[in-house]
Amino acid sequence: MAIIEIQNLRKTFRSGDVDVHALAGVDLRVKKGEFLAVVGKSGSGKSTLFHVLGGLTPPTSGTVKIDGKELTAMDETGRTRLRRESVGFVFQKYNLLPTLTVRDNLEIARDISGVKGPWGAQFLDVIRILGIEEKMERKPRQLSGGEQQRVAIARAIVNQPAILLADEPTGNLDTENSDLVLGLLQHLNKKFGQTVLMITHDPEAAAFADRTVQMRDGLLHSA
Amino acid sequence: MVYKLVYENLKHRPVRTLLSALAIGLGVTMMLTLVGLGEGMMEDQATRARGVGADLVVRAPGSSVVGMGSLSMNQRILDYVRSQPHVVLATPIGVHSTGGVSSIMGVNFEEFSAMGGGFKFREGGKFADQGEVIIDDLYAREKHLKVGSKLNTMNRDWRVAGVFASGKLGRVMIPLTLLQELASANAKITMIYVKLDDSSQTQAVIDGLKKQLPEYPIYAMEELIKQFSVSNLPELKAFIGVVVALSVLFGFLVVFLAMYTAVLERTREIGILKALGAGPGYVLGILLRETVLLAVIGSAAGILMSYGTRWLISTFIPASFVQAIVYSWWPIAAAITLGSAVLGVLYPALKAAKQDALDSLSYD
Ligand SMILES: Nc1ncnc2c1ncn2[C@@H]1O[C@H](COP(=O)(O)OP(=O)(O)OP(=O)(O)O)[C@@H](O)[C@H]1O
Ligand SMILES: [Mg+2]
Repeated sequence: MAIIEIQNLRKTFRSGDVDVHALAGVDLRVKKGEFLAVVGKSGSGKSTLFHVLGGLTPPTSGTVKIDGKELTAMDETGRTRLRRESVGFVFQKYNLLPTLTVRDNLEIARDISGVKGPWGAQFLDVIRILGIEEKMERKPRQLSGGEQQRVAIARAIVNQPAILLADEPTGNLDTENSDLVLGLLQHLNKKFGQTVLMITHDPEAAAFADRTVQMRDGLLHSA
Repeated sequence: MVYKLVYENLKHRPVRTLLSALAIGLGVTMMLTLVGLGEGMMEDQATRARGVGADLVVRAPGSSVVGMGSLSMNQRILDYVRSQPHVVLATPIGVHSTGGVSSIMGVNFEEFSAMGGGFKFREGGKFADQGEVIIDDLYAREKHLKVGSKLNTMNRDWRVAGVFASGKLGRVMIPLTLLQELASANAKITMIYVKLDDSSQTQAVIDGLKKQLPEYPIYAMEELIKQFSVSNLPELKAFIGVVVALSVLFGFLVVFLAMYTAVLERTREIGILKALGAGPGYVLGILLRETVLLAVIGSAAGILMSYGTRWLISTFIPASFVQAIVYSWWPIAAAITLGSAVLGVLYPALKAAKQDALDSLSYD
């Protein structure tokens, strides 16, 4: 069963007089519970794919189905709901809210989704696996990059999204922390069946995934 | 949870938060001080009028109720008033304005004393026929005067003969005949205070007087005191209107600026919230709550500061101005402030709500 189904997806940017075809007819199917890596050179369109899949920007044409929802037809309200209900983001820069503690960074994500009450057993498990249970009352600036990225992962899956999207999640980390974070993504994927789509330009990082696809000039090729 | 974010946001920029709240509060203070002055001055006038101890007062035709008046009434009226039944004492009073809110009052010392049970002198005593004044303690405090001090008014120097407890109509008093002479207003007075042998006859006496003196405003004391109300001061009302408008403008600008910079500086945070699935309403709600909190803190600060202005006034210019604390205006001033603050945040908040999540996230 496919949780992501993309057919002939195009995204065209107009810059000046020229059209930039960042995505030039992408086809992709991602199974539920899969850990997929998208690799490719700089400028090949990886982030653009990430943004479209996450509902951060509308596609120009094609069909994109995420968890059964057709994305091409969505307006901004629909995309907001998609972000709230179906996807979790992990960015290269961790993008935690700097004024809030770790706990509150996780809570605000729940609040936005309208989730109340105490954390479930599974999420407490996630926090333990990520090794951040001792850091709950810290502010982001009191954490290392690796720790911040682990908090960002926890935040991304706190509402159990259909897919976890990660764009260069280890781009700012040293090898040791990269391996730790990638190992954790793999662990979460195996243990909880969390679907993960990770973008990276690093083949070593891609090795943690079940499957790797390559992006070249706005098109996907199986690696 | 949102409240935590709102609180942390405000705490994150403590100086901006404090200054914004103070600036918002300034508008509240302006409104409360002005309204308080209106009420306070009216209450003070009422207290001082009551302090005379009369049953009724006859004023000059066409004179304003709340103003102090001038030397415009013919003294002959006095004999007529005195001839009325039940009148035990009728004393003429002359008022001469010495600029601004200050005036000098001419009295027949013995009569005036007899009516209200006498002056309570803190220091010294009665004035001499020439060259001496008596002043009340507030005036003494404001002008740093005591018995023996020199005081210049009506183009001459006076010696302070006595300082009496305030609440006796005037703050600076000299003999009436002397005032008439200096003001070149021979046999002219401003009003007549009348004491009756039986207070229950007040209305009957007024009715009797009105037959002969139809143009003269004649008030029972309690009726006069009721007239000392801000609603009888149309100029003050207009002035309050201006100050309210200024406060609204001020609150609007302060909040607009503060929240606009806040939104600009938080583009990234707003982007993060949007990526997490926050809709325009959620972002709007955060900024709105922040603004309401600012307005509430500002209003509280403004109320506190209005006690400050009252302290300043009662310490340095107690004779010229009296500021009351008008509780009923607290919610009004706060509501006006809240309204202007919400207007001020509208544009910044809408800008934030419409912000594209991607714009700010791809900043780096
Ligand atoms: N908002 C935009 N406006 C115009 N062109 C854009 C915009 N965003 C991306 N592009 C263009 O689209 C193409 C793909 O960009 P994208 O960011 O997806 O590449 P990428 O594979 O993520 O690269 P990198 O590895 O450097 O992050 C590039 O040519 C880029 O210049
Ligand atoms: Mg990229």
